[in-house]
Amino acid sequence: MSDHHHDHHNDNDHSELSETQLRVRALETVLTEKGYIDPKALDAIVEAYETKIGPRNGAAVVAKAWTDPAFKAALLEDATKAVATLGHISRVGDHLVAVENTPATHNMVVCTLCSCYPWEVLGLPPIWYKSAPYRSRAVKDPRGVLADFGVALPKATQIRVWDSTAETRFIVLPMRPAGTEGWSEAQLAELVTRDSMIGTGLPREPGSK
Amino acid sequence: MDGIHDMGGMDGFGKVEVEQNEPPFHEKWEGRVMAMQRAMGYAGAWHIDHARYAQERLAPNIYLDASYYQKWALAMERNVVERGLAGADELEAGHALRPGKSLPRKFTPEMAANLTRGSYFRPAQAGARFKPGDRVRTKNIHPLTHTRLPRYARDKAGVIERCHGCHMFPDSVASNLGDNPQWLYTVVFDGRDLWGPDSDPALTVSIEAFEPYLDPV
Repeated sequence: MSDHHHDHHNDNDHSELSETQLRVRALETVLTEKGYIDPKALDAIVEAYETKIGPRNGAAVVAKAWTDPAFKAALLEDATKAVATLGHISRVGDHLVAVENTPATHNMVVCTLCSCYPWEVLGLPPIWYKSAPYRSRAVKDPRGVLADFGVALPKATQIRVWDSTAETRFIVLPMRPAGTEGWSEAQLAELVTRDSMIGTGLPREPGSK
Repeated sequence: MDGIHDMGGMDGFGKVEVEQNEPPFHEKWEGRVMAMQRAMGYAGAWHIDHARYAQERLAPNIYLDASYYQKWALAMERNVVERGLAGADELEAGHALRPGKSLPRKFTPEMAANLTRGSYFRPAQAGARFKPGDRVRTKNIHPLTHTRLPRYARDKAGVIERCHGCHMFPDSVASNLGDNPQWLYTVVFDGRDLWGPDSDPALTVSIEAFEPYLDPV
Protein backbone atom coordinates (compact mmCIF):
# COMPACT_ATOMS: atom_id res chain seq x y z
CA MET A 1 0.00 0.00 0.00
CA SER A 2 1.54 3.30 -0.98
CA ASP A 3 1.43 6.65 0.74
CA HIS A 4 -0.18 8.49 -2.15
CA HIS A 5 -3.27 6.49 -1.34
CA HIS A 6 -3.82 8.37 1.90
CA ASP A 7 -6.73 10.67 2.39
CA HIS A 8 -6.85 14.12 3.86
CA HIS A 9 -8.23 14.93 7.25
CA ASN A 10 -11.34 16.84 6.37
CA ASP A 11 -14.37 16.74 8.58
CA ASN A 12 -16.67 17.79 5.77
CA ASP A 13 -15.72 14.98 3.46
CA HIS A 14 -17.23 11.80 4.79
CA SER A 15 -16.37 9.67 1.77
CA GLU A 16 -12.66 10.28 2.44
CA LEU A 17 -13.03 9.58 6.14
CA SER A 18 -14.67 6.28 5.39
CA GLU A 19 -11.67 5.39 3.23
CA THR A 20 -9.51 5.75 6.35
CA GLN A 21 -11.98 3.67 8.33
CA LEU A 22 -11.79 0.93 5.70
CA ARG A 23 -8.00 0.89 5.73
CA VAL A 24 -7.83 0.76 9.51
CA ARG A 25 -10.40 -2.04 9.58
CA ALA A 26 -8.40 -3.97 6.98
CA LEU A 27 -5.24 -3.55 9.06
CA GLU A 28 -6.96 -4.74 12.23
CA THR A 29 -8.51 -7.73 10.46
CA VAL A 30 -5.21 -8.82 8.94
CA LEU A 31 -3.27 -8.45 12.20
CA THR A 32 -6.00 -10.31 14.08
CA GLU A 33 -6.17 -13.16 11.56
CA LYS A 34 -2.39 -13.43 11.68
CA GLY A 35 -2.66 -13.95 15.43
CA TYR A 36 -0.71 -10.84 16.42
CA ILE A 37 -3.48 -8.96 18.23
CA ASP A 38 -6.76 -9.64 20.04
CA PRO A 39 -9.60 -7.20 19.20
CA LYS A 40 -10.89 -7.53 22.79
CA ALA A 41 -7.51 -6.31 24.02
CA LEU A 42 -7.85 -3.29 21.73
CA ASP A 43 -11.31 -2.60 23.25
CA ALA A 44 -9.76 -2.70 26.73
CA ILE A 45 -6.89 -0.38 25.79
CA VAL A 46 -9.26 2.16 24.24
CA GLU A 47 -11.52 2.00 27.30
CA ALA A 48 -8.59 2.56 29.66
CA TYR A 49 -7.59 5.76 27.85
CA GLU A 50 -11.19 6.94 27.61
CA THR A 51 -12.05 6.36 31.26
CA LYS A 52 -9.05 5.85 33.56
CA ILE A 53 -5.85 7.40 32.30
CA GLY A 54 -6.02 11.16 32.14
CA PRO A 55 -4.84 14.43 33.68
CA ARG A 56 -6.67 13.74 36.96
CA ASN A 57 -3.78 11.39 37.74
CA GLY A 58 -1.26 14.16 37.30
CA ALA A 59 -3.43 16.64 39.23
CA ALA A 60 -3.41 14.30 42.23
CA VAL A 61 0.39 14.18 42.09
CA VAL A 62 0.63 17.98 41.99
CA ALA A 63 -1.88 18.48 44.82
CA LYS A 64 0.05 16.03 46.98
CA ALA A 65 3.30 17.87 46.26
CA TRP A 66 1.63 21.16 47.25
CA THR A 67 0.61 19.80 50.65
CA ASP A 68 3.41 17.39 51.54
CA PRO A 69 6.96 18.84 51.47
CA ALA A 70 8.61 15.42 51.84
CA PHE A 71 6.62 14.10 48.85
CA LYS A 72 7.50 17.19 46.84
CA ALA A 73 11.20 16.69 47.55
CA ALA A 74 10.93 13.02 46.58
CA LEU A 75 9.01 13.93 43.41
CA LEU A 76 11.66 16.38 42.24
CA GLU A 77 14.40 13.90 43.13
CA ASP A 78 12.86 10.90 41.32
CA ALA A 79 9.32 11.31 40.00
CA THR A 80 9.00 7.67 38.95
CA LYS A 81 9.69 6.45 42.48
CA ALA A 82 7.60 9.13 44.16
CA VAL A 83 4.52 8.53 42.00
CA ALA A 84 4.86 4.76 42.58
CA THR A 85 4.25 5.39 46.30
CA LEU A 86 0.76 6.72 45.47
CA GLY A 87 -1.13 3.46 45.18
CA HIS A 88 -4.20 4.88 43.46
CA ILE A 89 -2.27 6.15 40.43
CA SER A 90 -1.39 3.80 37.61
CA ARG A 91 2.25 2.81 37.65
CA VAL A 92 4.54 4.96 35.56
CA GLY A 93 7.48 3.88 33.45
CA ASP A 94 11.03 4.35 34.59
CA HIS A 95 11.66 7.77 33.17
CA LEU A 96 9.30 10.37 34.62
CA VAL A 97 10.84 13.73 35.59
CA ALA A 98 9.01 16.51 37.48
CA VAL A 99 10.19 20.09 36.98
CA GLU A 100 9.19 22.88 39.33
CA ASN A 101 7.89 26.31 38.43
CA THR A 102 9.09 29.11 40.71
CA PRO A 103 8.64 32.88 40.67
CA ALA A 104 11.95 33.02 38.76
CA THR A 105 11.47 30.16 36.26
CA HIS A 106 8.56 28.86 34.20
CA ASN A 107 8.87 25.43 32.57
CA MET A 108 7.22 24.32 29.33
CA VAL A 109 7.32 20.87 27.74
CA VAL A 110 7.30 20.02 24.02
CA CYS A 111 8.32 17.25 21.66
CA THR A 112 9.60 18.92 18.49
CA LEU A 113 10.36 15.60 16.73
CA CYS A 114 7.10 13.73 17.33
CA SER A 115 4.61 13.74 20.23
CA CYS A 116 6.33 12.40 23.37
CA TYR A 117 4.10 13.11 26.37
CA PRO A 118 3.70 11.65 29.88
CA TRP A 119 0.67 9.46 29.06
CA GLU A 120 0.55 7.78 32.44
CA VAL A 121 0.00 11.00 34.36
CA LEU A 122 -1.69 13.20 31.73
CA GLY A 123 -3.45 10.74 29.42
CA LEU A 124 -3.34 11.11 25.64
CA PRO A 125 -1.91 14.39 24.36
CA PRO A 126 -4.33 16.97 22.96
CA ILE A 127 -4.19 17.70 19.23
CA TRP A 128 -2.50 21.07 19.70
CA TYR A 129 0.42 19.43 21.51
CA LYS A 130 1.04 17.21 18.46
CA SER A 131 0.50 20.01 15.94
CA ALA A 132 3.08 21.78 13.78
CA PRO A 133 2.37 25.24 15.27
CA TYR A 134 3.20 24.08 18.81
CA ARG A 135 6.10 21.81 17.93
CA SER A 136 7.77 24.45 15.74
CA ARG A 137 7.34 27.51 17.96
CA ALA A 138 7.63 26.27 21.55
CA VAL A 139 11.44 26.13 21.48
CA LYS A 140 11.89 29.46 19.69
CA ASP A 141 9.04 31.72 20.78
CA PRO A 142 7.53 30.24 23.95
CA ARG A 143 6.10 33.61 25.02
CA GLY A 144 4.25 33.81 21.72
CA VAL A 145 2.89 30.33 22.33
CA LEU A 146 1.86 31.29 25.85
CA ALA A 147 0.05 34.30 24.39
CA ASP A 148 -1.98 31.89 22.22
CA PHE A 149 -3.07 30.33 25.51
CA GLY A 150 -3.85 33.71 27.06
CA VAL A 151 -0.89 33.53 29.43
CA ALA A 152 1.49 36.48 29.89
CA LEU A 153 4.49 36.11 32.20
CA PRO A 154 6.71 38.93 33.47
CA LYS A 155 9.58 39.68 31.07
CA ALA A 156 12.12 38.84 33.74
CA THR A 157 10.70 35.35 34.28
CA GLN A 158 13.14 32.84 32.90
CA ILE A 159 11.44 30.43 30.50
CA ARG A 160 12.83 26.94 30.30
CA VAL A 161 11.60 24.73 27.48
CA TRP A 162 12.14 20.96 27.75
CA ASP A 163 12.27 19.22 24.37
CA SER A 164 11.37 15.55 24.97
CA THR A 165 13.85 14.05 22.52
CA ALA A 166 14.34 10.73 24.36
CA GLU A 167 12.22 8.44 26.55
CA THR A 168 12.35 10.75 29.57
CA ARG A 169 8.92 12.30 30.16
CA PHE A 170 8.27 15.59 31.88
CA ILE A 171 5.50 16.88 34.11
CA VAL A 172 5.52 20.49 35.28
CA LEU A 173 4.89 21.13 38.96
CA PRO A 174 3.09 24.50 38.82
CA MET A 175 3.11 27.04 41.65
CA ARG A 176 0.39 26.64 44.25
CA PRO A 177 -2.11 29.50 43.90
CA ALA A 178 -2.25 32.03 46.71
CA GLY A 179 -5.31 31.96 48.93
CA THR A 180 -5.45 28.17 49.20
CA GLU A 181 -4.04 27.82 52.73
CA GLY A 182 -5.65 24.91 54.54
CA TRP A 183 -7.18 23.41 51.39
CA SER A 184 -7.35 19.63 51.11
CA GLU A 185 -5.54 17.70 48.40
CA ALA A 186 -8.87 16.98 46.70
CA GLN A 187 -9.78 20.69 46.66
CA LEU A 188 -6.35 21.64 45.35
CA ALA A 189 -6.44 18.98 42.62
CA GLU A 190 -9.49 20.77 41.19
CA LEU A 191 -7.28 23.79 40.49
CA VAL A 192 -4.67 21.79 38.55
CA THR A 193 -5.35 21.96 34.82
CA ARG A 194 -3.77 19.72 32.22
CA ASP A 195 -2.14 22.71 30.54
CA SER A 196 -0.58 23.82 33.84
CA MET A 197 1.26 20.48 33.94
CA ILE A 198 2.53 20.97 30.36
CA GLY A 199 3.52 24.55 31.06
CA THR A 200 1.17 26.25 28.59
CA GLY A 201 -1.18 27.30 31.35
CA LEU A 202 -1.36 28.20 35.03
CA PRO A 203 -3.49 26.57 37.72
CA ARG A 204 -6.99 27.96 38.28
CA GLU A 205 -7.28 30.67 40.90
CA PRO A 206 -9.43 29.87 43.93
CA GLY A 207 -12.98 31.00 43.29
CA SER A 208 -12.64 30.87 39.49
CA LYS A 209 -14.08 28.08 37.43
CA MET B 1 17.14 12.20 8.67
CA ASP B 2 16.58 15.88 7.92
CA GLY B 3 12.84 15.40 7.50
CA ILE B 4 9.70 17.46 7.85
CA HIS B 5 9.11 15.93 11.29
CA ASP B 6 12.07 17.91 12.69
CA MET B 7 10.04 21.08 13.21
CA GLY B 8 11.70 22.87 16.09
CA GLY B 9 12.26 26.53 15.16
CA MET B 10 10.41 26.52 11.84
CA ASP B 11 8.25 29.55 11.08
CA GLY B 12 4.93 29.91 9.32
CA PHE B 13 2.71 27.26 10.89
CA GLY B 14 0.57 29.88 12.59
CA LYS B 15 -1.19 30.04 15.94
CA VAL B 16 -1.66 27.14 18.32
CA GLU B 17 -5.35 26.26 18.08
CA VAL B 18 -6.84 24.77 21.23
CA GLU B 19 -9.99 22.66 21.13
CA GLN B 20 -12.03 23.03 24.32
CA ASN B 21 -13.17 19.79 26.00
CA GLU B 22 -11.34 17.70 23.45
CA PRO B 23 -12.31 14.00 23.59
CA PRO B 24 -9.58 11.29 23.71
CA PHE B 25 -10.61 10.25 20.18
CA HIS B 26 -12.61 12.10 17.54
CA GLU B 27 -13.40 8.99 15.52
CA LYS B 28 -13.67 5.38 16.59
CA TRP B 29 -10.91 4.27 14.19
CA GLU B 30 -8.44 6.56 15.98
CA GLY B 31 -8.77 4.49 19.15
CA ARG B 32 -8.27 1.28 17.15
CA VAL B 33 -5.07 2.69 15.64
CA MET B 34 -3.70 3.78 19.03
CA ALA B 35 -4.55 0.43 20.60
CA MET B 36 -3.07 -1.55 17.68
CA GLN B 37 0.16 0.37 18.05
CA ARG B 38 0.29 -0.43 21.77
CA ALA B 39 -0.52 -4.09 21.21
CA MET B 40 1.96 -4.55 18.36
CA GLY B 41 4.67 -2.79 20.35
CA TYR B 42 4.03 -5.08 23.29
CA ALA B 43 4.06 -8.11 21.00
CA GLY B 44 7.59 -7.22 19.93
CA ALA B 45 6.61 -6.56 16.31
CA TRP B 46 8.70 -3.39 16.27
CA HIS B 47 10.16 -0.79 18.59
CA ILE B 48 8.80 2.70 19.16
CA ASP B 49 11.71 4.12 17.15
CA HIS B 50 10.67 2.02 14.16
CA ALA B 51 7.23 3.60 14.46
CA ARG B 52 8.77 7.08 14.59
CA TYR B 53 11.15 6.40 11.71
CA ALA B 54 8.32 5.11 9.53
CA GLN B 55 6.42 8.37 10.11
CA GLU B 56 9.52 10.44 9.36
CA ARG B 57 9.81 8.72 5.98
CA LEU B 58 6.31 9.74 4.90
CA ALA B 59 6.50 12.28 2.07
CA PRO B 60 6.51 15.81 3.57
CA ASN B 61 3.19 16.78 2.02
CA ILE B 62 1.56 13.66 3.43
CA TYR B 63 3.17 14.21 6.84
CA LEU B 64 1.70 17.72 6.99
CA ASP B 65 -1.73 16.85 5.55
CA ALA B 66 -2.50 13.64 7.41
CA SER B 67 -4.10 13.77 10.83
CA TYR B 68 -2.15 12.43 13.80
CA TYR B 69 -3.66 8.95 13.84
CA GLN B 70 -3.63 8.75 10.05
CA LYS B 71 0.16 9.13 10.30
CA TRP B 72 0.23 6.35 12.86
CA ALA B 73 -1.82 4.10 10.58
CA LEU B 74 0.37 4.80 7.54
CA ALA B 75 3.50 4.12 9.59
CA MET B 76 2.00 0.91 10.93
CA GLU B 77 1.15 -0.33 7.44
CA ARG B 78 4.72 0.39 6.42
CA ASN B 79 6.21 -1.44 9.40
CA VAL B 80 3.90 -4.41 8.97
CA VAL B 81 5.02 -4.82 5.36
CA GLU B 82 8.71 -3.93 5.82
CA ARG B 83 9.09 -6.31 8.73
CA GLY B 84 7.43 -9.14 6.84
CA LEU B 85 4.47 -9.40 9.22
CA ALA B 86 1.91 -9.14 6.41
CA GLY B 87 2.00 -8.48 2.69
CA ALA B 88 0.77 -5.39 0.91
CA ASP B 89 -1.55 -7.77 -0.95
CA GLU B 90 -3.11 -8.83 2.36
CA LEU B 91 -3.67 -5.24 3.50
CA GLU B 92 -5.24 -4.57 0.10
CA ALA B 93 -7.45 -7.67 0.40
CA GLY B 94 -8.41 -6.87 3.99
CA HIS B 95 -7.72 -10.47 5.02
CA ALA B 96 -4.75 -12.66 5.83
CA LEU B 97 -3.79 -14.78 2.83
CA ARG B 98 -0.94 -16.61 4.61
CA PRO B 99 -0.25 -17.69 8.20
CA GLY B 100 1.33 -15.16 10.55
CA LYS B 101 4.86 -15.12 11.92
CA SER B 102 5.45 -15.97 15.53
CA LEU B 103 5.89 -12.92 17.78
CA PRO B 104 7.39 -13.01 21.29
CA ARG B 105 4.24 -11.96 23.19
CA LYS B 106 0.57 -11.13 22.80
CA PHE B 107 -1.33 -8.36 24.56
CA THR B 108 -4.34 -9.78 26.44
CA PRO B 109 -7.44 -7.80 27.54
CA GLU B 110 -6.47 -8.12 31.24
CA MET B 111 -3.20 -6.28 30.60
CA ALA B 112 -5.07 -3.06 29.85
CA ALA B 113 -5.62 -2.67 33.60
CA ASN B 114 -1.97 -1.77 33.95
CA LEU B 115 -0.72 0.06 30.89
CA THR B 116 2.83 0.81 31.92
CA ARG B 117 5.62 1.67 29.54
CA GLY B 118 8.61 -0.59 29.42
CA SER B 119 11.99 0.51 30.72
CA TYR B 120 14.55 1.93 28.33
CA PHE B 121 17.43 1.53 30.78
CA ARG B 122 20.17 -0.79 29.54
CA PRO B 123 23.43 -1.89 31.18
CA ALA B 124 26.27 0.56 30.52
CA GLN B 125 29.08 -0.57 28.22
CA ALA B 126 31.45 2.07 29.65
CA GLY B 127 31.51 4.85 32.22
CA ALA B 128 29.70 8.13 31.57
CA ARG B 129 31.91 10.60 29.74
CA PHE B 130 30.18 13.71 31.12
CA LYS B 131 28.83 14.94 34.44
CA PRO B 132 26.46 17.78 35.35
CA GLY B 133 28.13 21.15 34.83
CA ASP B 134 30.33 19.99 31.95
CA ARG B 135 30.38 22.19 28.87
CA VAL B 136 29.71 20.33 25.63
CA ARG B 137 29.10 20.99 21.96
CA THR B 138 26.54 18.99 20.01
CA LYS B 139 27.81 17.37 16.86
CA ASN B 140 27.07 18.58 13.36
CA ILE B 141 25.55 15.37 12.02
CA HIS B 142 23.02 14.76 9.25
CA PRO B 143 22.40 11.02 9.14
CA LEU B 144 20.02 9.79 6.45
CA THR B 145 18.51 7.50 9.08
CA HIS B 146 16.65 8.07 12.36
CA THR B 147 18.22 10.36 14.96
CA ARG B 148 16.90 12.18 18.02
CA LEU B 149 19.26 15.13 17.76
CA PRO B 150 17.06 17.89 16.33
CA ARG B 151 18.49 20.18 13.65
CA TYR B 152 18.09 23.36 15.68
CA ALA B 153 20.34 21.92 18.39
CA ARG B 154 23.21 20.66 16.21
CA ASP B 155 26.67 22.23 16.47
CA LYS B 156 25.60 24.27 19.51
CA ALA B 157 27.34 24.94 22.82
CA GLY B 158 25.48 23.74 25.91
CA VAL B 159 25.87 22.51 29.45
CA ILE B 160 25.15 19.08 30.89
CA GLU B 161 22.45 19.51 33.52
CA ARG B 162 21.38 15.95 34.39
CA CYS B 163 22.45 12.42 33.66
CA HIS B 164 19.57 9.96 33.22
CA GLY B 165 21.57 6.73 33.17
CA CYS B 166 22.24 4.49 30.21
CA HIS B 167 19.46 3.94 27.66
CA MET B 168 18.93 2.05 24.44
CA PHE B 169 20.06 4.24 21.53
CA PRO B 170 17.26 5.15 19.08
CA ASP B 171 19.64 5.85 16.18
CA SER B 172 20.82 2.23 16.34
CA VAL B 173 17.48 0.64 17.19
CA ALA B 174 15.65 2.24 14.24
CA SER B 175 18.36 1.01 11.87
CA ASN B 176 18.05 -2.55 13.24
CA LEU B 177 21.54 -2.37 14.75
CA GLY B 178 20.48 -3.38 18.26
CA ASP B 179 20.15 -1.51 21.57
CA ASN B 180 23.72 -0.14 21.55
CA PRO B 181 23.19 1.43 25.03
CA GLN B 182 24.35 5.02 25.52
CA TRP B 183 24.39 7.52 28.38
CA LEU B 184 21.56 10.02 28.24
CA TYR B 185 21.85 13.62 29.44
CA THR B 186 19.77 16.75 29.69
CA VAL B 187 21.76 19.42 27.84
CA VAL B 188 20.66 23.02 28.27
CA PHE B 189 21.28 25.83 25.78
CA ASP B 190 20.97 29.60 26.08
CA GLY B 191 18.28 30.84 23.71
CA ARG B 192 20.74 33.22 22.05
CA ASP B 193 23.10 30.35 21.24
CA LEU B 194 20.24 28.67 19.36
CA TRP B 195 18.42 31.61 17.80
CA GLY B 196 20.93 34.44 17.70
CA PRO B 197 21.08 37.87 19.34
CA ASP B 198 17.37 38.60 18.81
CA SER B 199 16.33 35.64 20.95
CA ASP B 200 14.42 36.21 24.18
CA PRO B 201 17.31 36.73 26.65
CA ALA B 202 15.32 34.94 29.36
CA LEU B 203 14.97 31.71 27.31
CA THR B 204 16.78 28.44 27.87
CA VAL B 205 15.99 25.25 25.99
CA SER B 206 17.06 21.71 26.81
CA ILE B 207 17.18 18.53 24.80
CA GLU B 208 17.68 14.97 25.94
CA ALA B 209 20.98 14.06 24.29
CA PHE B 210 22.65 10.69 23.96
CA GLU B 211 26.39 10.67 24.52
CA PRO B 212 27.32 10.06 20.84
CA TYR B 213 25.68 13.41 20.02
CA LEU B 214 28.14 15.31 22.22
CA ASP B 215 31.75 16.51 22.13
CA PRO B 216 33.58 17.98 25.13
CA VAL B 217 34.71 21.61 24.90
